Amino acid sequence: MTFPVRIWRGDAGGRFERYEVPRHASQTVLDVVTHVQRHVDPSLAYRYACRVGMCGSCAMTVNGKARWTCRTHVDTVAAGGTLEIAPLNNLPIVRDLVVDMTPFFDKWTAAKGAFVPTATRRDDFARVEPASKERRAIDTTIECIGCGVCYASCDVVGWKPDYLGPAALNRAWTLVNDVRDGAGRSRLRAVAADGGCQACHTHQSCTERCPKHLTPTASIAGLKRRVAGALLKGDL
Amino acid sequence: MIEARGDAPIDAAAGARATRAAAWRFVLQRASAAVLAVCVVVHLASIIVAIRGGLSAEAIVARMHANPAWPAFYAVFVVAVAIHAPLGLRAIADEWLGLRGKVTDIALGLVALLLLAGGLYAVASLAG
Repeated sequence: MTFPVRIWRGDAGGRFERYEVPRHASQTVLDVVTHVQRHVDPSLAYRYACRVGMCGSCAMTVNGKARWTCRTHVDTVAAGGTLEIAPLNNLPIVRDLVVDMTPFFDKWTAAKGAFVPTATRRDDFARVEPASKERRAIDTTIECIGCGVCYASCDVVGWKPDYLGPAALNRAWTLVNDVRDGAGRSRLRAVAADGGCQACHTHQSCTERCPKHLTPTASIAGLKRRVAGALLKGDL
Repeated sequence: MIEARGDAPIDAAAGARATRAAAWRFVLQRASAAVLAVCVVVHLASIIVAIRGGLSAEAIVARMHANPAWPAFYAVFVVAVAIHAPLGLRAIADEWLGLRGKVTDIALGLVALLLLAGGLYAVASLAG
């Protein structure tokens, strides 16, 4: 028994091509794409690595929604019998199902999403209280692996090309709460500029779609509070 | 090491000023929203109560003359609208029309002034 699958081929000017794929029990969307590349058309370009829901490499748009294809059962999304697989939204298409992640990580840098150390090797280890408000804020949202699903799901990223996006801002939030970090004001300035946290409209597509159940919306709300506080205290 | 691409040298002070301006726009939008939340509820409630007594221009003018709290209330309402509406339009122009930059900001500043002037004129006329 087979079922029809539409897969995006080409770049931004490409189109959906239709394939008939054998139906199996416990079949994932990644299984479908792999079948097409191995048995039907070897020129199909796509990314995956771990295929067990840990690395985030296999993120694609499945029936209009960004998902990890290795963790998406065909049963769950193609109940109506149709499966449409496209590359992630909001990123330049390299070919077929492969997107260029460069803008995604450039914005990570622009949001100052990197730790800035203050201690030296001669200093004692930092003591960070696990139950502190700051560390608990970090705990809920540190597990981001940069898969791009939130970025691809964000309406504002689509409407406003400069918007840093949920992943970059989420990472900035973990660093704003890191008591060891030394970037302080420059990071708040980075996330408060035009295209920063203020552009978020709290649609929460990012939080809804994050495969690791992180909450970029809450992180961005935290950044908005911090920025407003710093501004009113004259610290921005 | 990841390095940001396309980083042109910028005037750091101008950048910081622009960032503070963006942050102020956000704070003002939230603050004016809080004011409007109260104003809109009061306004709707007073309309519902007023309609019960029969709606007429004379009744409205009489109400505005009787208590100076009414013109004061509506003046605050007008100021909050003059802040909130243009900032909202700025985001819409940016996200839906791709209009951003100095010209757009100047145009929206004019909208703010029109709302402020027109609104306060209306309040003054009704308050006599």
